[in-house]
Amino acid sequence: MGIIRATKLAFDYLKLDENGNVESRQRAVDGVDLDVQAGDFIAILGHNGSGKSTLAKHINALLLPSEGTLYVDGKNTQDESKLWEIRQSAGMVFQNPDNQIIGTIVDEDVGFGPENMGVPQQEIWERVEKSLRSVGMWEYRSHSPNRLSGGQKQRVAIAGVVAMRPKCIVLDEPTAMLDPNGRREVIATVRELNQKEHVTVILITHYMEEVIDADRVFVMDDGKIVMQGAPHEVFARVEELKSYRLDVPQATLVTHRLREQGFDLPPDILSNEELVDALQKYRAEHENAAGAARTQ
Amino acid sequence: MSIKIEHLSYVYSSGTVYEQHALKDVNLELPDGQFIGIIGHTGSGKSTLIQHLNGLLKASSGTIYYNGENIYAEGYSMKQLRSKVGLVFQYPEYQLFETDVFTDVCFGPKNLGLEQEEIERRAKEALQMVGLGEEYYKVSPFELSGGQKRRAAIAGILAMEPEVLVLDEPTAGLDPRGRDDILEQVARLHRERKITVILVSHSMEDVARYVERIIVMNRGEVMFDDTPRRVFHHYKELEAVGLAAPQEIYLMNELAALGWDVDTDASTAGEAADSIAACLRKM
Repeated sequence: MGIIRATKLAFDYLKLDENGNVESRQRAVDGVDLDVQAGDFIAILGHNGSGKSTLAKHINALLLPSEGTLYVDGKNTQDESKLWEIRQSAGMVFQNPDNQIIGTIVDEDVGFGPENMGVPQQEIWERVEKSLRSVGMWEYRSHSPNRLSGGQKQRVAIAGVVAMRPKCIVLDEPTAMLDPNGRREVIATVRELNQKEHVTVILITHYMEEVIDADRVFVMDDGKIVMQGAPHEVFARVEELKSYRLDVPQATLVTHRLREQGFDLPPDILSNEELVDALQKYRAEHENAAGAARTQ
Repeated sequence: MSIKIEHLSYVYSSGTVYEQHALKDVNLELPDGQFIGIIGHTGSGKSTLIQHLNGLLKASSGTIYYNGENIYAEGYSMKQLRSKVGLVFQYPEYQLFETDVFTDVCFGPKNLGLEQEEIERRAKEALQMVGLGEEYYKVSPFELSGGQKRRAAIAGILAMEPEVLVLDEPTAGLDPRGRDDILEQVARLHRERKITVILVSHSMEDVARYVERIIVMNRGEVMFDDTPRRVFHHYKELEAVGLAAPQEIYLMNELAALGWDVDTDASTAGEAADSIAACLRKM
């Protein structure tokens, strides 16, 4: 069984009148089935309001399903007695690093989570060191967070979650407020956590380039999962993605334009490297064909 | 008619151990009607720079001329300057506060002391420009989607009818379509109204697609100031200061290194595809 398993998960936001009666309800997540294996790198795409953040907030029981069930690491999120275990299994990183950092010194901030969990003092410091090293921020341990760059702050926020030793990390648009360098740092950190520490990663983003290396991509629209598969499968469907207000990686877009002009290139190209390889191959084949035509 | 910045410097926490030069001897001329992009990593001074343009920050030294007038001269009306230079902050939707969209957009022009009729005319026009129809007038700003909120907030600035529109990261956190919608609307405003637009952005692809001039800030100084093609030509130097070029630049340079005769300054998907296609046709 997967580490995260949702069955027909649905969630309604309720609008209450002054007397606390339900005035209207809006379905934000609508019948989602999801099965994420431990160690996977999963990406969720979808336009603003498609339900992806609402779904993410279920994974560490910030929200509870209106219908259906969600199991995190074998625990039903409806089971209140398991709430703290669930939050320990699944950590969350949000968009704005400034809203997530509370300590006045980097290492204190990272130690806050394990301290709250009642981890012994000695082990707290071990965890703080290990998690700060894993995000490449150990040298900054005695700095004040408010003098760090956006990317550095976000890496400290990730370290704070890592120090709680979760099996799974949910990142909700962690790079939306960062410059290109900060974006690179954060995504590299997340990938390394996944590959070296085998932490299950669920990445929500609007940047298509960031999901190229994911094991699986899910596209949400109107609360439902409308596309899923390996990045190659999903991004080959350019027009369908556009209909969900999304985009494709730049290399895929260039390839798509070339295909529209009649050049027979593979439709599932995701990166510059792949496009360069495909073009080289295309050129070699054409030169061979031209050479063969001349010798005849 | 333009903004002229001469020897502008700004020092934070002057006289303390944290003293930091946020801007160092910046000289720029921003003529009427240009579409300008400002890029730079976090802390490069770009937000500090734009806050000087409408007098929110006062330079430690140097001068700014708006349409030839020194904005630091005695008796210069900052209030008037702020109605001419509209500044849309990052995440402007956090500044929405009225009970409905229409009232919120009216707030700016109302503060200018205009007649009610004129206030409403401007609010309607501004909302129309950002693509929010009458069905949204009476809706609470908090019930809008992320992209709609942002457009409502931009309308609030447009209703002041600024001559210069400065947008700080207007697309951060928006989905790709929301991003395109806002940038298309800004581009249309620029075309139809001939107003100057200054776009601060972390997205090199967006900048490459829309602006005619890029100013690169680094450590409080202007590092490059040129057309997108010529600025992105320096992609290696941009990387060294924490920036990047659009993906297409990397693609074209890789191809060129393998002997392809492609345009290495192509910075949009369209330009790149056309250049590659021309190569393929010659084969």
